[in-house]
Amino acid sequence: MRAILIRGGYARTAPSPSPGPPSPTPEHDPTIADIPNLKVPVTSSDIAIRAERLGKTYRLGKSQPRPSTLAEAVLQRLRGRNAPTTSAKFNALDDINFEVPQGQALGIIGRNGAGKSTLLKVLTRVTAPSRGRVEFRGRMGSLLEVGTGFHPELTGRENIYLNGALLGMTRAEVNRQFDAIVDFSGMERFLDTPVKRFSSGMYVRLAFSVAAHLETEILAIDEVLAVGDAEFQRKSLDKMRDAAKQGRTVLYVSHMLQTVKTLCTSAIVLERGQLVHEGSVDSALQAYSSSFERYAADQADPANRQGAGGIRFTRVWMNEDHIASGDTFDIHFELPALQHPLPVPDYWVSAHIVDDDGVIIAQCDSRLNGITFDSGTHVVGSVAVRNLWLKPGSYTVDLFVCQWGPIHDIWDAACRFDVLPDLKYAATATDDALANGLVLADFQYEVN
Amino acid sequence: METFVIEPPRRLNLPRWAILWRARDVVTRLAQRDIIVRYRQTVLGAAWVIIQPVMSAGVFSLVFGTVAHLSSDGLPYFLFSLAGTLAWNLFNNTLTRASGSLLQNQALVSKVFFPRILVPISTAASTLLDFGVGLGVAIILLFVYGVNPGWPVLLLPVWSALIAVIAIGVGLVTAAMTVKYRDVGYVLPWATQILLYASPVAYTISSVPSGLRWVFEANPITWFLEAFRWSLVGTEAPPLWQIGGLVVFAFGVLFVGVVYFQSHEREFADVI
Repeated sequence: MRAILIRGGYARTAPSPSPGPPSPTPEHDPTIADIPNLKVPVTSSDIAIRAERLGKTYRLGKSQPRPSTLAEAVLQRLRGRNAPTTSAKFNALDDINFEVPQGQALGIIGRNGAGKSTLLKVLTRVTAPSRGRVEFRGRMGSLLEVGTGFHPELTGRENIYLNGALLGMTRAEVNRQFDAIVDFSGMERFLDTPVKRFSSGMYVRLAFSVAAHLETEILAIDEVLAVGDAEFQRKSLDKMRDAAKQGRTVLYVSHMLQTVKTLCTSAIVLERGQLVHEGSVDSALQAYSSSFERYAADQADPANRQGAGGIRFTRVWMNEDHIASGDTFDIHFELPALQHPLPVPDYWVSAHIVDDDGVIIAQCDSRLNGITFDSGTHVVGSVAVRNLWLKPGSYTVDLFVCQWGPIHDIWDAACRFDVLPDLKYAATATDDALANGLVLADFQYEVN
Repeated sequence: METFVIEPPRRLNLPRWAILWRARDVVTRLAQRDIIVRYRQTVLGAAWVIIQPVMSAGVFSLVFGTVAHLSSDGLPYFLFSLAGTLAWNLFNNTLTRASGSLLQNQALVSKVFFPRILVPISTAASTLLDFGVGLGVAIILLFVYGVNPGWPVLLLPVWSALIAVIAIGVGLVTAAMTVKYRDVGYVLPWATQILLYASPVAYTISSVPSGLRWVFEANPITWFLEAFRWSLVGTEAPPLWQIGGLVVFAFGVLFVGVVYFQSHEREFADVI
């Protein structure tokens, strides 16, 4: 491994995913030619991971559901194997090609449902690909969802050993790392307490500490850095960066673009299961935001939107594209009058304010105002959102048309707006005064 | 450094021994977990391991020996049915736990990679431990009742291993099926219940009417029960064809189990 570490170091000084033997580059990506590094040929031994024409198809049980009980399976078999199955297929991943040189940290970014997690699951062998092939050199350890395999009845110590084994560490490795793990987690005092007595923060810290001490040559990480308090998060991020510095190859999935920027040396962007960009982190972030715009444009066409479709928005808009935190903002919408109103004519509208990480910050549901709309009349309406002290950043608004039972229209990212770092607080302070929490609040300290 | 290749699953996807061997710690840790978790926060703790077989053997000897007046080939009825119960419990408990093991470890199956076959296999450890304790009690009772099985007692580990192998083999199939079809979880207890009464666990094969005996003798469970009792309490030795059949059957079932399990392994995470 030592020798290979050195080679990993060499590969970093000449970062160069080789085009190699016929490795098809995504044709639909013009920007790939802009990255000069990609053209430097390297021997194939410098490549830690190579994915070729990778694809994963899920069968969506629509018209002929996949049998979930024996009786159904038998019935389907009786009806004949050759009966036309019209089950819809869904390509979670399609024709993915990329290479990761040893010692690089590759970020995998994309919107929710773009296939990031599926890709990581295929790469870590949790699930099998439907097509294509992946080759990787060295052991691959994964930090998918922290604490998987922790058992609440077992003590901290017992869980460290169990979790270590599940993540692929040998007993000797766990023994060697045991003190470091305990030290990193800061849980010495609770080692012999069953973890069910732990707070969720303690639980997650211990779990992350085990995973962080994996010594595999490749490390796959899925969103786990968002654990614990700010200090533990920083520690975790440092630990991951060390992993990359030691010449290990890191795969990092996140929609927290900030962490991708600090951790990764290159990135790929996924969009609807396809690789749309491969290159430096900055170029990937740019491609991601333009992919977002494409997605938003795409959603404007009702045919591309999810939902039962009984009634759909014709238009959604906001008059401002940036506001100051705490400002009132209005979301306007328009719905048609149906010639044949819905069987139950009334419906309601809901707006979700979503932050850049995909977290729903607020749900503004018209039912809470006691307001429903009639599908027989043309509706032009708006919702005014007041007293929501959003943190500076980018936000999107998802809009829904609902009835009891069906959701008729789901318009993802119907609007997007920025909240300016122009705060309503009387005094200013350094950034750490604002670092925690999802939203800001209208608060006032007093001395009595 | 090794190179790994991930490809769409082929039909016959036999496990790679090197990978299984490297992951052997998973088996020990999962087994350890099962054993610890089962007795933590119980008052009687490990005593349950003894109480269960002794109670059911007691009920069997009451029903079949005292009420139905069946013969036990000259042995104390309790000892006779305890021997049968131990062997049966080893089979039944291993099978039952192996069947449910993937569902119980759903989070693991859908989140981390390790050879899935280790999950049902690791469940055998806790049932073997239970079995060992029960066997200890039975051996003490041999002295109490003054029963000497003679040299065949040396073959006990062989029979026990074969019973576990059969249970694991069947358990691999049912565990893989349970991932997709939850029905298995309902059918299995019912099926084993019927099998318990259809096999000479608590009665002798000689008390079966001779016209029906061939049916009972065709049952592989009879084979291991007879062999096990021969070794533990010194009943009549089973015919040689049964012993040969038992060995072939056990490894045949294991092979089928492994092949079936492995051919579905790669889809577990998507279906569970």
